[in-house]
Amino acid sequence: MDNFTVGVVVFPGSNCDRDVSWALEGCLDIRTKYLWHESSDLSDVDAIVLPGGFSYGDYLRCGAIARFSSLINALDEFVKSGKRVLGICNGFQILTESGFLPGALIANKNLNFICDDVELDIVSSKGGWFNNVDEKQTIKLPIAHGEGRYHCDSDTLKKLVDNELIALRYKNNPNGSSFDIAGITNEKGNVLGLMPHPERACDETIGGTDGLFTLKSLILK
Amino acid sequence: MDQFAVKVFVRLRPSVLDPAGEATKSASIKLGAEGIKTLRIGKMIEVKIEGNGENEVREKIDLLCDRLFANTVIEDYEYSLEKL
Repeated sequence: MDNFTVGVVVFPGSNCDRDVSWALEGCLDIRTKYLWHESSDLSDVDAIVLPGGFSYGDYLRCGAIARFSSLINALDEFVKSGKRVLGICNGFQILTESGFLPGALIANKNLNFICDDVELDIVSSKGGWFNNVDEKQTIKLPIAHGEGRYHCDSDTLKKLVDNELIALRYKNNPNGSSFDIAGITNEKGNVLGLMPHPERACDETIGGTDGLFTLKSLILK
Repeated sequence: MDQFAVKVFVRLRPSVLDPAGEATKSASIKLGAEGIKTLRIGKMIEVKIEGNGENEVREKIDLLCDRLFANTVIEDYEYSLEKL
């Protein structure tokens, strides 16, 4: 596991890439490597994080342009091989736009950019992303988004519920998301997308450590 | 090669709440406009494009709308096309 390397993708407009790298390297001693969005060689990374930010200025729709980058094109094979991909905030938006996860993320119901700590219920730990909270089914993570309202049709919602693909739900829905959804996984469980920022909850001195285990889960096989 | 001017309209699906439209509706009423029943905001994209005839151009525009201009999970699209 010493050589395990997490690729942190950098798009023009990403702004949480360094936070993710800091949390992984500094708090968890996991090696990281920045991956520029034009690269398509993913052979030397073992897991990938799509960080938050405003890729391509959020032009057209959040995540819509990033979908056509070389890196996202190469991601399909990476995901199919079973390797783990974590999309945080804008990363979650990119994962839905590119079809790795169902649904879409649209403007918050109250139109505000919401920057706050939120209480979240762990609904499913599919993929082992939230195994730490057996004894405590609620965690607190920061959110910071203007377009975080999860939307999907009723058939998709049923599929998410029936297959235990909903990872996190807001206790007090801040943005109008369908079914209070804050994070979902794919069917295999190796892709997680969530609007809250686990990388901003990795040190007690900045408000909590509830994000540590999710980032640490990147090294699970 | 023929050249066409295409106007693509992208709209949130009727089932999707449009808070920006609601806020604009509220401002419109404050301005004194009466009788507004609904107000929803979409996008209009103008494209000039070349191709061998209308059918070929429609194929290209369909692909662009379906894959890029609209996210069909939340949006519908339609377009008009004019030969230049």
